[in-house]
Amino acid sequence: MSAIDSAAPFDPYRLGRGGDGDLGQAGGPAPKRVIVAYGFWIFLLSDIVMFSAFFASYAVLAGATAHGPTGRQIFDLGEVAAETACLLLSSFSCGMAAVATGARNKTAFYLAMIVTFVLGAIFITLEVREFIGLIEAGDGPSRSAFLSAFFALVGCHGAHVSAGLLWLLTMIAQVYAKGFRAEMLRRILCFNLFWHALDIIWVAVFTVVYLLAGRP
Amino acid sequence: MTEVLAQDNAHVADSAPGDERLDGSNVAQGIVGYLVGLALAAGLTAASFYLAAGHFLYGPSVPAALIALAVAQMGVHLVFFLHITTGPESTNNVLALAFGVLIVFLLLAGTLFIMTALHHNMPPMDKLMSMQR
Repeated sequence: MSAIDSAAPFDPYRLGRGGDGDLGQAGGPAPKRVIVAYGFWIFLLSDIVMFSAFFASYAVLAGATAHGPTGRQIFDLGEVAAETACLLLSSFSCGMAAVATGARNKTAFYLAMIVTFVLGAIFITLEVREFIGLIEAGDGPSRSAFLSAFFALVGCHGAHVSAGLLWLLTMIAQVYAKGFRAEMLRRILCFNLFWHALDIIWVAVFTVVYLLAGRP
Repeated sequence: MTEVLAQDNAHVADSAPGDERLDGSNVAQGIVGYLVGLALAAGLTAASFYLAAGHFLYGPSVPAALIALAVAQMGVHLVFFLHITTGPESTNNVLALAFGVLIVFLLLAGTLFIMTALHHNMPPMDKLMSMQR
């Protein structure tokens, strides 16, 4: 016991990751999968920091309606509930795609990804319809500072979801063409992180933008 | 002894964010994990909409309740969907998350504090116009 302790170099934080040589995966640098996902995790956190700036400007400008409509007058909470349900269910089916990837089951993967795409597309359709309705009623982003902040924040999230839908189609095509190769597994992992992070941001959006400002 | 060490080290090996737990993850367990997350998130969302629409709570306490529910739901998403755990294998991910949360908090609280103070210290717009004249 003490012989092993004294033989091992002093490394309480495992910077050398064990380093005994016979520890298999635990020794040496972390696997590429861990490093790639960690880097993408840091990108997602920086994206969330960017969103927090939009949230801050919305919170400051929410009362600056310039005699235009307030949130209470223009928000339809039933439609927001439908959007929320779509995004939450798509997050779940995206998780199912991750499970299917783990089981290397292509059929289940395609099925879960297509369900995710359809739910995400319904979400975007509902959001675009809401935007068009507002603009046609003369309540576009140029109407008041409140509406500028609203369109910037919700539109930024919608742009992220649209980009995610394109990425989703790319993943389906790449799995079809290349199969579950190592780099595909990493991309699918990153896509999963991206999609779940979008759902987290939507939780903040429907709470801060719609429920807090739109409650009766 | 080396076997015990190897097990110990395998247990604290890093995990990528989004990875399932290293110990005993299979298809059924994965699906159950996502189902639990979905049920919790759906319940919290329904509670948010119910509180915002109804008259269940004393009016002025609704915003605090909504924010508490939102933070709880973000926690559910992090644990059940993104698989960010408190286990030793995701220390790096948790540290990065903690730093992100710190920056978000500073940005939001700082902006709201400064802008509210400015708002209170600024004379009303009509007075400002007459002062410029």
